Order: sequence, then structure tokens, then C-alpha cells
Amino acid sequence: MQRDVVITGIGLASSLGEGIEAHAAALAGSIVPVVDTASFAPYPVHPLKPLELDRQIPKKSDQRQMEPWQRLGVYAAGLALDGAGIKDDGETKSLLQVIVAAGGGERDHAVDGAILTGLRGVNDPGPFLNERLMGDLRPTLFLAQLSNLLAGNIGIVHGITGASRTFMGEEQAGVDAVRTAHARIASGQAEIMLVGGSYNAERRDMLLLLELGGYLRKGDFAPVFAREDAPGIITGSASAFLVLESAERAAARGALIHARLGRVAAARSKRTPGAVEATLRGLIGSFGPMSPDVIAISAATGAAGVTTEEAAALTSLPQARRIATGDLVGHALEAAFPVSVALAAAALSAGQANEAVVTGAGHWRGEGAAHLFKA
Amino acid sequence: MSNTQHRNTQHRDSKGRPVVAVTGLGIVTSLGQGKDANWEALTAGRSGIHAIDRFPTQGLRTTIGGTVDFLFDRPFCAPELSEKLAMLAAEEAIGQSGLGQPGDFPGELFMAVPPVEMEWPQKQELAASIDGDVDYDGLLREAATLKHKPMHEMFLFGSVADHVADAFGTRGSPISLSTACSSGATAIQMGVEAIRRGDTPAALCIGTDGSIHAEALIRFSLLSALSTQNDPPEAAAKPFSKNRDGFVMGEGAGALVLEDYDHALARGAAILGIVAGCGERGDGFHRTRSSPDGKPAILAMQDALADAGLAPDDVDYINAHGTSTPENDKMEAMSCAVVFGERMARLPMSSNKSMLGHTLTAAGAVEAVISFLTIANGRIPPTINYNTPDPAIALDVVPNVARDATVRTVISNSFGFGGQNTSLVLTAEPART
Repeated sequence: MQRDVVITGIGLASSLGEGIEAHAAALAGSIVPVVDTASFAPYPVHPLKPLELDRQIPKKSDQRQMEPWQRLGVYAAGLALDGAGIKDDGETKSLLQVIVAAGGGERDHAVDGAILTGLRGVNDPGPFLNERLMGDLRPTLFLAQLSNLLAGNIGIVHGITGASRTFMGEEQAGVDAVRTAHARIASGQAEIMLVGGSYNAERRDMLLLLELGGYLRKGDFAPVFAREDAPGIITGSASAFLVLESAERAAARGALIHARLGRVAAARSKRTPGAVEATLRGLIGSFGPMSPDVIAISAATGAAGVTTEEAAALTSLPQARRIATGDLVGHALEAAFPVSVALAAAALSAGQANEAVVTGAGHWRGEGAAHLFKA
Repeated sequence: MSNTQHRNTQHRDSKGRPVVAVTGLGIVTSLGQGKDANWEALTAGRSGIHAIDRFPTQGLRTTIGGTVDFLFDRPFCAPELSEKLAMLAAEEAIGQSGLGQPGDFPGELFMAVPPVEMEWPQKQELAASIDGDVDYDGLLREAATLKHKPMHEMFLFGSVADHVADAFGTRGSPISLSTACSSGATAIQMGVEAIRRGDTPAALCIGTDGSIHAEALIRFSLLSALSTQNDPPEAAAKPFSKNRDGFVMGEGAGALVLEDYDHALARGAAILGIVAGCGERGDGFHRTRSSPDGKPAILAMQDALADAGLAPDDVDYINAHGTSTPENDKMEAMSCAVVFGERMARLPMSSNKSMLGHTLTAAGAVEAVISFLTIANGRIPPTINYNTPDPAIALDVVPNVARDATVRTVISNSFGFGGQNTSLVLTAEPART
């Protein structure tokens, strides 16, 4: 059984603001990216445009028990549920299955710094570390940090009692989340799913992880496909959640359909020179012939090598209008692919194209692609 | 049924889907490496929990754990141990299955891995060359020298599964997942779903967790989730007992080779059992506490049975989540009473965690492996340390001593922080019915 899968809810929040319209306008070319080059210098980031959290997370106690990446994700998930018209539909929310692509929690940077400073001066570091951690870690910190607690918080705040799964593994977690959600609906294993991811770029612990591998761009902003002077990732705070639904179910309830999600494909190339290009060409090619006016939205990271290979793969669609998600909202790791699919759906929903292809090669591993159509 | 008939029949479950067979099992825990070592210890009622000597425990309320200490003779961090545990369990499972060729496993990989982050020794290494007070800007400047490049790959969430995929040559994009303490069960469920969809003829499903280090222990300790009855260590985990006071952290890995039943029969593989049904429910109640009415756990078990096309009366044994926390064990006992009714008084339900501790991310997979060993051997591992029964939850916990029994159908429960509830229905090979 292979059923059509449609997108009936789009929740987007980023440095550009929130909602379909703000992002569709940026896709149409009328908005310049928001980049902060000072706060985390020398690393530029796209900072989140502040959200009115109360609109999606009414209880302050809920807001307090989350970290920024979780609040952002819960907020965007709420936008998607609102857009799909199921926010107050208890029966649907008891069936709604959730897949979240998530990273991990944020360190308490001040505590880490103080402990590391102190550790250098003590003879017996073990007991010192124990004492400081017992005293300085907030008990609830752990909960705010667990990867699966974004899904948990989405459940608690929005009253979803269907099951959730959390995928980890950087960019590819986002690809596999969308791919799995699509496959489950297409095969009849599920009727309706909420899928997405969330990333807070405004944290030095994640910059540190990426910079250990030398993956970050330093200095000023440059477009993703024009960073030859200093290749690297510019991260951005962003979240996207999509409500995916079987076409039958969406039609039966008269839902507004933003786009049809035709195919989602993933691969794991060996990352030898040329492998990413060949893999992405293969994924795009597997979708069959495309119309000349297809829009290509790339979740390319900006990292050296793989970004050039992704650009080369996209030349297999010579007439496509090419947009790099990173040029609009920055690179959002686990959320990069869901954000890119959401942007594609927004473009189709706004009538900017009839067909869209989304690609993304993770900064270290994993390649993915999706194919969408105007509803 | 003869082999010839098997080969000519397309087997489908009660819902018309491919049947999901188990053709390989692997396990590593604090009790040892491999099925034989673990089964011998589990049925002897031996505990793998001991005083922690991996790191200093001075000043900590909990100083014990089911750490796996026999794999490295040098310092290591959580992703390294988690990967090693997964590799060993997978090697055993794939070896038993005889599926594919070395380095060429014809199926997808679904892996429950602990969420890890950079650990203190690595941060200290970066901090060592910083003058003055340490802050993250200093750490970033040191990182930018690229002298510590391996740390990037080490602490990516996707790297453990990537390395396992490389080692065994699994197909497609490997999944790294977390549903907290039900992660291992979710990995199995995802393999089942992929085979039922026809996406893959086989799946390697692994749960692994080697993440006991000082900060991980302290975090659970600060949540008051851990037993503090450190002496003697082997008596601390006492699921369903009146004096239970928290769980004990454990380490380990469980690996299962799942395979389309017809695919397994066609190649003449030995069928070790069937993953007949899966159920999962979210709990929008609280971040760490389960709904007091147990509704999500009840629904997860009922969904799993319905998915398997079986009734509560078909279940011979419950492999409990049984963490030894006051709240979980009460909730689980109550939920089982709702699902199984009066039968609960005599339906055996034991907790492997009484001996292994809570292997967290791995638990669902570790306990599924043990459940299949229980079916195969006709012997139920006990709940040890059951000396003070809790009168509020009258159960047959298979107290202290293993019991011979015909076990054809097991329900294995996994419940986690964040409202994750997963139940698996695991059955004997159909030809044995």
C-alpha cells in the first residue's frame, strides 16, 4: 500500500520571525538575512527573533522547565498544530504520533567555566568535581537537557498523548525523521504525524563541538554557496514542525493542504571526494523527471567540500531556482532538513512554484532529499 | 509443517503483515559478555551491581552501579564504551543469525544510543592550555587550533551508529534514537515497522548504554531517582519490595537481528522467536512522573497485545520494567492488574533490573534478549532481593530463585522519562506451537 502524504500544518520560527508568510516572503527574495556577528565573535549566528512564548506555551511553569531549544520547538510545534486545525482536537491528538530530530541540552556555561578553573588548582580533582557538581548543577537541569524531552514537552504543553520518538544524529536525524514519518503514513502504519526539529544556535557549547572539527565560518556573513574565502557553517536558531497526514484523512476533514510530500530519501555515503555529489545526484534522480520551474531548496551546511559537492549535484536541475536555507535562516543542524522541507511547502503553498526538491548533506555524515508538489 | 511447505507459503500475521522473526541475539552486561554468561548468572540470581571504581565517588549519595568494567584497560568516555558494547552485542547476534557476510549485513540499523556530550576529561584537556580563568570563549579559541579534532567525531550523536554501520555494512541511513528508558524497545519497534512495510528484509536493532560517569550519576542522584542503599551493592536494586528506594544505574547492550519470517525460512535460518506486537503511548502528564492512573502504560500493553492479535490470557510471563523506584513499580503493578485482571496474582512478572540495574537506553533491548532466552530455556530469571514484599502490590515476582516454566508469550515493558511507554509482545517460534 502506498498512499499520498500531504502537509496540512507548517510551523516555522527563526531569525526571520514566525509563520508561513514571513518565510514565504523571504523565499520570494524580499527579506535580507538577520545575522549577529558580534555576540559570539568571531562566529556569526542568525539569532532567533524573540517569540511571544505565552501564545503557544501559556504556563510560565512550563516555560521555566525548558531550555531555549525546547521552548522554540514547542512553539513551532504549536504553530503547526494551529495551522492544521487540530490544536483543540483531543481525539486527533490522542492518535497523533510525533517524531522529533533533536540534539542535546545546553551546558551551564558559567558553572563549567568555574569548575574548569577550579580543577586546575586542586590536587585531588575527583572529589572536587563531585562536590561542585552536587552543589552547582540544578536538579531540573537534567530534564531540560534530555534529547527526548523536546518531544515530552510538546506532549505536555499541547496535550498530545500519542507516542513520540526522538531521532539524534545531527543533520541526518532531521532527514530520517521526515523520511520515517512519511513512510509510516504512506504505508498505512499511521494516519497523521507531527514531525520536526529545533535548534538553538546561540550557545557556545554547540559552537565548541562544531569548531573542534573546524567546521565553523569565522568573520562576516556570506551566502552558503559563496564562501570560498572562508568555508564553514553559520548556525542559526530555527525550528520547523510539519503536520503530515494521509491525503484521504486530510480530504475527509476538509483540511487546507499546503503541499504533497511525494518522496523522502536518505543515504550515507562514505565521504570520499565526489561521494556526496554522486549520492545527491542519485537521490534527486530517483525522483524522476522534474518540471523546469522546480524550486530547489538546499539545506547545505556551508562546510568545505560537501557544500561544493551539493552545489554540483544541484546542477542536475539546471533550470531550477536554487535557494539555500542557510542564506535565509542559517544552518540549524537537526532542524536544517525539516526547516528546508517546511520552506519548500511554504513556497508551494504561496504559489511560488508547482514542484520543489529539497536536498541536504550533513556536515559530517548523511545525505537526504525530498520531493514536494503543489497540492 | 515441513520445510517445503514453509518455503511455499507466504506467512502473514493476524493483520496480514509480514511476520517478524528473530534470528540472532547478542548481549553484554555487567554480568558478562554473551548469552551464555548472562543466562547462567541471571538464572543463578547473581547481581552485577558493585561499588564503582571507574571514578572517585567521595561525597556522592550513590556509589554503586552495574558498570561494565572488563572491556578497556585505559580511560574511556561514554560514546567509546557504548560503541564497544554495541559492537560486541551485534557481533554475537549477527554471528548467530548467519545472515549476510562479514561487513555486509543485508538490512537496516536502528540504534538506541545515550545522548552524550563532551565529558570533563576532554574539557580539562582543552582548558589546560588556557591562561587565567576558563570560559567557553577560551575553550573555543583552543578548539580553533584544531589540535583536538577527534573530539568532534567522538561527541557527535550520530557517530556511534555510524561506526556500527561501517563495521557491519548495514544498509541505508542508520537511525540513532532516544525515547529515554524505553529506547531499546523503540529500536526494536522501528525494525519491526520497517520489515512490515517491506522496506528491508532484515534489521539490526541495538540498544546500548555505557554512560556511567560522575556527572551522569550525579544528575540522576539530584533527581532522587537512585537507590542510596550502597551497602551491600548487590542488594540495592529490589524491584517491587516495600523498601525499594530507587534504581541503580547499569550498563550494557542488547542486539537483535530481526528478519522477515519467510526470508529467514527461505535461507534455512533457525528462528529464535517472533516480535509479534508493539505498543507505545505518550504520557502528557509530567516530565518525570507517570500518570498516577497508569493509563499510558495500560494502553501501551493493550496496544501491543492488539498489534500481536493476542489476548491478555495468552501471556505467560511479564518481563517488567521494574526499576525499583517507588513510583514505577507501583504504577506498573497497578497497570498490569488492569490489563491482566485477577490473573496477576499468579502471572509471573520479574525484573532483570534486580540483577543488572537499569541499563537505561539499552534496557528495552537487553530485556528483550533475556525474554527470548526465557522462552528458549523454559526458565524464568528471578527478581532478586525480594525479602520484604510490598503488601500494596501483591505479585508473583518469581522471588529470588529462577523457576522452570513453559513460556511461549512474553510482554516486555519499558517506561521512560518524558512520558515514553513501550511494550513488546515476544513469542516463541510458531512451528513450536
